[in-house]
Amino acid sequence: MSEQIEKVSIVVSRGSLEGVYPGLIMANGARMEGIEATLFFTFFGLDAIIEKRMDSLSVATVGNAAMRMPGGLKMPTWLGAIPGMSRFATTMMKKEMEKIDIPPIREFIEMIKDAGTEFYACKATVDMFHLTKNDFCSQVDDIISVGQFYEKSAGAQIIFT
Amino acid sequence: METVELVGKKLELDADGHLKNLNDWNEEVAKEFAKLEGLQELNDRHWIVINYMRKVYEEKGDAPSIRKLTKESGVDTKELYALFPKGPAKKAAKIAGLPKPKGCI
Repeated sequence: MSEQIEKVSIVVSRGSLEGVYPGLIMANGARMEGIEATLFFTFFGLDAIIEKRMDSLSVATVGNAAMRMPGGLKMPTWLGAIPGMSRFATTMMKKEMEKIDIPPIREFIEMIKDAGTEFYACKATVDMFHLTKNDFCSQVDDIISVGQFYEKSAGAQIIFT
Repeated sequence: METVELVGKKLELDADGHLKNLNDWNEEVAKEFAKLEGLQELNDRHWIVINYMRKVYEEKGDAPSIRKLTKESGVDTKELYALFPKGPAKKAAKIAGLPKPKGCI
């Protein structure tokens, strides 16, 4: 058997619900396999760890050519722009995720933190958006530069989402 | 077929190294499996997790996720990782004589 993965560094760069979950699921999955995990949030991905925003992430329905309606019919992209569509898609997705035991963002982040994952916010974005450490949920360890991110990722596989 | 000799018996294993036949399991087998996983002793807290996993498996046909374990077994995520270092769901399932959990969470 080839060498096992010992450590992963996962970058979350998007702030939509479907943009944030893959990184969280991969971090949690890594810990479940005994792999060390670090999460680094950058650009709009920061919304997932901003105390006041993390409970209201939503599905992006505009510009998603793969979007389907309930029943499986392809959704015309212009339909995604109709008011209420994103809220509807978000409700649907949350409902389906709950069925397969995927927790809401806040609960998931608590769980992943308790599993021993480190959480970092990207300094450049934090400065650009005029944020401070106080804006983030308590699970965030620190605000770090990209250089520090690479230092912390020594020996890790880096995954960009 | 992979086998392991524990408590004086040859026990069949599946591809993941978990016990193949649920009926081969008993508390002594669990203790031996725990040793193979680097846990020298199983305390009351370990047994809560192991028994809860077996109960869920009997009812649902799959071992519970970490989230379910955290919410329902009475042992939270932090403690789960402390009790079963390096992968609680997988490790506890192995010790409990169950197949590797299929879920992603």
